[in-house]
Amino acid sequence: MNDAVTTAPGIVAVVLVTVATLAIGTWGLRFSRTTSDFFVASRTVRPGLNASAIGGEYLSAASFLGIAGLVLVFGADMLWYPVGWTAGYLVLLVLVAAPLRRSGAYTLPDFAEARLGSRRVRSLCSALVVGIGWLYLLPQFQGAGVTLAATIGAPPWLGAVIVAAVVLINVTSGGMRSITFVQAFQYWLKLTALLVPACVLLAVWAGDGAPNPADAAIPGDAFWSLPLGDGGAQGLYVTYSLIIATFLGTMGLPHVVVRFYTNPDGRAARRTTLVVLGLLGVFYLLPPVYGALGRLYASDSIVRASDVLVLELPRLMVPGLGGELLTGLVTAGAFAAFLSTSSGLTIAVAGVLSQDVASRRLSGITAFRVAGVAAVVVPCAVAIAAPDVGVARTVGLAFAVAASTFCPLLLLGIWWRGLTAAGAVAGLLVGGIGSGCAVGWTLLTSATTGWAAVLLGQPAAWSVPAALATMVVVSRATRSRIPAHAGRFMVRLHTPEAVDLAR
Amino acid sequence: MSAEPTSGTGGRPARVRVTGPPRRRASGVRPTASREIDADSELGAVYMSSLLGEQLRLAAGVLVALGLTVGVLPLVFHVFPHLSDLRLLGVPVPWLLLGVLVYPWLIVLGWFYVRRAEANERDFADLVADQPDER
Repeated sequence: MNDAVTTAPGIVAVVLVTVATLAIGTWGLRFSRTTSDFFVASRTVRPGLNASAIGGEYLSAASFLGIAGLVLVFGADMLWYPVGWTAGYLVLLVLVAAPLRRSGAYTLPDFAEARLGSRRVRSLCSALVVGIGWLYLLPQFQGAGVTLAATIGAPPWLGAVIVAAVVLINVTSGGMRSITFVQAFQYWLKLTALLVPACVLLAVWAGDGAPNPADAAIPGDAFWSLPLGDGGAQGLYVTYSLIIATFLGTMGLPHVVVRFYTNPDGRAARRTTLVVLGLLGVFYLLPPVYGALGRLYASDSIVRASDVLVLELPRLMVPGLGGELLTGLVTAGAFAAFLSTSSGLTIAVAGVLSQDVASRRLSGITAFRVAGVAAVVVPCAVAIAAPDVGVARTVGLAFAVAASTFCPLLLLGIWWRGLTAAGAVAGLLVGGIGSGCAVGWTLLTSATTGWAAVLLGQPAAWSVPAALATMVVVSRATRSRIPAHAGRFMVRLHTPEAVDLAR
Repeated sequence: MSAEPTSGTGGRPARVRVTGPPRRRASGVRPTASREIDADSELGAVYMSSLLGEQLRLAAGVLVALGLTVGVLPLVFHVFPHLSDLRLLGVPVPWLLLGVLVYPWLIVLGWFYVRRAEANERDFADLVADQPDER
């Protein structure tokens, strides 16, 4: 795999995507003139562009590489990942999109502090943003290592280090400030990089007269088409827990919230989310195609890491230069996925770290740069030290933590006047510690059978209700301490901007 | 911020400092409803809870529709596992449902929600604005 002909398209693709990312970032910088331009694009981004940017930031290594491999290995129950990641935006649309924009909060800790008027809640939210961000960055770096190892035969740590370095240069030099253009470009790049090879591969499959993928006889997976986990009641629990984590976790992802703030008003925030639903729906039609075709053409590679299926399949199905070029295109898309998602997450984590930790000792830009280094180095080191966790599974855990912490906080904060700071802290601790223990247990052990393993492997079904109930009960018990401005804040969250009211 | 800048000396229009869109109506009496809401009075709270209730009912309706369609699929396939052997045009039914059909359905639900939520807000804006103070 190491001769120059087969590695050239992969290397060219990685270099081109990196250069294009830096170039568009710099080009977009020329339109940024004020501080407001830099941080929130002066809140004038139109729904179409903003939705592309959200799609570009959201579609990570897990979507681009993970799903196809999981579908190949485990079958139709893995289709719940893309369904949940899309439906999460519908839940976000109906429950939080417009109020979150109207709150004027730039990050989740900002929202918590503005709503509850408590520094303690803010600090706790900051810690959770850093934790979720790191957990989400980890599989991006792992995926980068897997990708470079598969396409150009590089050692696994190299990909992680390259992505980490590019992200760090981007974020700390300011090139990513014009992030909207970069992210929007990367959505369309990722869609093209998956769509074009998929069409070619489908044509090859039709031309081959090969059998229906559903008929491929692979011993030991009679239930490939059944959209449920294995093992009866346990499988049902795992599937529903995954649904809860993904449907409710999307709204709590730290890099998603920032993008809502760039909408001009609450109405535009809703329309943006609707376009996002469309963009994600189109994209997620494609990974299962790779998974299904992989059953026919790559069944012997099931034993290897399934995350490389999308990268290997063009080569396996199209011999010669054509296959290598398609592999180059897919590699470009995968690299765009790592860069866009990790840049967005790094900015979110570094923003919180610099505001709440580093700024106590350092000033402005220095604090942000130090925080950026910390935001990238920690997950990168873990990715190199522990490279064997499935990309989509780790991302699934990040969703479970987000669903158990920020989802109850946002839901109750937006729709219930009675939430108190004490209630929020108690609920965040219950949800965060519960799901956090589950995550640690899953990352450190490998047992997957028995109810204990099932409950800890997919914690959302018990940790989300526990966090919600704790918030409600403790808030009721401390109802004398409902923030004085709660009513005024409700007016700000829910009334249309056109109505003339004190906010 | 008046609409017509008054002429200064020498026929040049006087400079107007623009700091942002007007937060308040420039002149005239503000409608009762918005004053009540601003004062956080009981009547104002009624206006607000009617808007909140309307939006929350709409959101709950959409989520129930989502739960009764997409959400029951695992249960249906758990109870009737042989449904997964059904084929439509050669594609197993679960693949058709979860791989393709669910996405247009999510967009339809979202589109319905956006339309209704904007209509609710228009109604609220009319309710609050169209009550000239005549006492």
